[in-house]
Amino acid sequence: MNETTISKAQLADAIRQLVGADNLIIDEETQKPYECDGLSVYCEMPMLVVLPETREQVRAVMKICHDNGVPVVARGAGTGLCAGAMPNRDGIVLSLARFSRILEIDPQARIARVEPGVRNLAISEAAGEYGLYYAPDPSSQIACTIGGNVAENSGGVHCLKYGLTVHNILGFEMITADGEVVQIGCEAFDSPGYDLNALLIGSEGLLGVVTEITVKLLPTPEKARVVMAAFDDVEKAGNAVAAVIANGIIPAGLEMMDSHAIVAAEDFAKAGYPTEAKALLLCEVDGTIEEVEEHIEKVEKLFLEQGAFSCRKSESEEERALLWKGRKSAFPAVGRISPDYYCMDGTIPRSKLAHVLLEIEKMSDSYGLRVANVFHAGDGNLHPLILFDANVPGELEKTEEFGGKILELSVDVGGCITGEHGVGKEKLRQMYKQFNDRELAQFHAIKDAFDPQGLLNPGKGIPELRHCQEYRSIEAEGC
Amino acid sequence: MKRKGVEDGESIMGDISKELVEKVVTAREEGRALNIVGGGSKSFFGRTAEGEPLEVAGHSGIISYNPIELVITARCGTTMEEIKQALAEHGQVCPFESPVFAGRATLGGTLACNFSGPARPCLGSIRDAVLGTRLINGKGEEMKFGGQVMKNVAGYDVSRLQAGALGTLGVITEISMKVLPIPAATATVAMEMDVAESIGLMNRVAGQPAPLSGSAWVDGKLYLRFEGAASAVEGAVKKFGGEVMEESSAFWEGVTEQTLDFFQGDAPLWRLSVKSNAPHIDAGGSWLVDWGGAQRWLRGDFDKAELERQASEAGGHLSLFRYGDRSGEVFHTASSVQQRLQKNLKAAFDPDRILNPGRLYSWL
Repeated sequence: MNETTISKAQLADAIRQLVGADNLIIDEETQKPYECDGLSVYCEMPMLVVLPETREQVRAVMKICHDNGVPVVARGAGTGLCAGAMPNRDGIVLSLARFSRILEIDPQARIARVEPGVRNLAISEAAGEYGLYYAPDPSSQIACTIGGNVAENSGGVHCLKYGLTVHNILGFEMITADGEVVQIGCEAFDSPGYDLNALLIGSEGLLGVVTEITVKLLPTPEKARVVMAAFDDVEKAGNAVAAVIANGIIPAGLEMMDSHAIVAAEDFAKAGYPTEAKALLLCEVDGTIEEVEEHIEKVEKLFLEQGAFSCRKSESEEERALLWKGRKSAFPAVGRISPDYYCMDGTIPRSKLAHVLLEIEKMSDSYGLRVANVFHAGDGNLHPLILFDANVPGELEKTEEFGGKILELSVDVGGCITGEHGVGKEKLRQMYKQFNDRELAQFHAIKDAFDPQGLLNPGKGIPELRHCQEYRSIEAEGC
Repeated sequence: MKRKGVEDGESIMGDISKELVEKVVTAREEGRALNIVGGGSKSFFGRTAEGEPLEVAGHSGIISYNPIELVITARCGTTMEEIKQALAEHGQVCPFESPVFAGRATLGGTLACNFSGPARPCLGSIRDAVLGTRLINGKGEEMKFGGQVMKNVAGYDVSRLQAGALGTLGVITEISMKVLPIPAATATVAMEMDVAESIGLMNRVAGQPAPLSGSAWVDGKLYLRFEGAASAVEGAVKKFGGEVMEESSAFWEGVTEQTLDFFQGDAPLWRLSVKSNAPHIDAGGSWLVDWGGAQRWLRGDFDKAELERQASEAGGHLSLFRYGDRSGEVFHTASSVQQRLQKNLKAAFDPDRILNPGRLYSWL
């Protein structure tokens, strides 16, 4: 990476002229909220925080940074969970918060053109009047922005049926590292040449800054119902998930919780979860009224056949919301039973679930840290929540080590280190477990193709090769 | 589930992929371009191939298939027919409905060309289904990206990047992808309608909650296909009307395989990939509309620049899909920034431009 060739005062002057004093934060106190994203164990203060209002301003700011070797960290709502938006101390935070307009909804084509600072849920709210919605629904959807979703390729509980962000974006306008505007994708299903859409979605702000996004909208299903099923054994619940898939049903959502998560969620949300259960499944089916009625009966029957000791179907929208409430509040619920928790994000083949949970339990015992598991069972995305107390010296470090081991276990069983949260700063160390040096070098070559100076979100996403070698040799020595 | 013969096959296939690596390394050392060939079923596509053939069809076979995980992994040379057959045995399908081209189309070629059938707007393309790949870059380095799980955001999505790259970024040797259950019921209705009106109707139907899995217009008729739970399909047929076709699979196969009368003869076949509700383009010639209005086929001699302008205006892009002059550019003109990024990307994978050079664009 190039050395910064400009002082803070000079850069502030130059940027102030472009965006105005109101859109520039220089003092530390006002900068403080930008020091981290949703993963607050990683903090750093930036040199400047810039909040441009127009594409031209973004372009000009990027150009100045490019010409002066200043790192740029783009930021949406800061709800990310991998420290991907953690500032760089020699660089600027480029907040897209002012880009909050929905520019156009074309109900007939089922397309919305939005700015990156628009909240995920706001798109569905605006499209709702046309009977349409935007499918990916990360649990932070009230607050997180669509720009952040593009950067992280966010998922949600409906991924198995409706896909990730990458399946629901047609195109976007991007500012390159050197301040040029380029249109990626279009309003059609594909684009000429390389599928840069696929490459850039999920690239964690390392390859460009997005200033406008065209999303796909889907017709709101006529109806949705959920079945809750309780099991006295995790393996039975895993088999029940397999049985649903084997019977040709693709549920809209299929979530599992283990006993710790069930107890915490029930205590918090009073959703009526049987607290004696070892595993709880929530299976939602949606579609036309006829389809939902046909499938909901089938799913309930399968769950009972697979040994569920209790089943409950939502009979109304209120009941459906209540059954989901426990799952959706699982994180804050766990937050109540522990001073702190650390959320992991591995993905595993569904068939390995029982094995993985057992291994996690063993590690939980040996580390002396409790773990509650929530699992997007439909798509194999496991979120173990490690409970700890940051005020106890050394406990955070122990938690991070434990979390790292869980991710490595995910890779060992044929999965991956992150299903939807991204690598950011947090999982750099696990990247060497999933990729060898050749593959990492290929990633660096891609990075160079877009950002030869290495100014966009430096130190995130892809680890330096020399670091990997250090980690690898530590591993080899058995430390 | 491991498949029969996989144990024996493994080492032989390992050797074949090693052989492919060696061939790429040697070609690079000797500065020779390679033309990657699978089943040869799509040699008509892209610009005229240069270079010496690198045969990959021999690198074939399903490596693993676990119906419960909805994931299949196979070598690049495996034919789509074999894959479809294996899936059918377990009541599953490739959601993207790609052509099998008389049994010659391979999995690797299908990804490299990003070909998908009528179900594409509803169930996604092969680009959407891909979960992971193994590939050999232009330096002869074999690498693995993505995996066999539905969600994976570690590192850049190099696997999906291969879709439509026509092998210019790497020799794809192995692919893992998501599959889906065969729908319980299917029905197609047909109605007489002109093309402009049918484009409007396709979009209106797609905007309602219905198990739509295909909509196409050809020869004065609109075809709507519904697939899913029997009750839902019945409901949709009642709701949208039209004449229920006794036998519709031949029609949809004809669209997918490009064997309908519309596709006969060697007049240039243009593809306009556009915004689904873009108005009908009155350029003359004969048209076939697929993908709910988002993919429009046109036959005849036209001025490429003029068609490009119209495709851009319709929110999309143009390609000269088949026949016509294949020595010039056959894909939509790229902006200067796009060209720079795409060239840089090509260099990141294949610095000496030995893999299918010029197949996508003369400058790539």
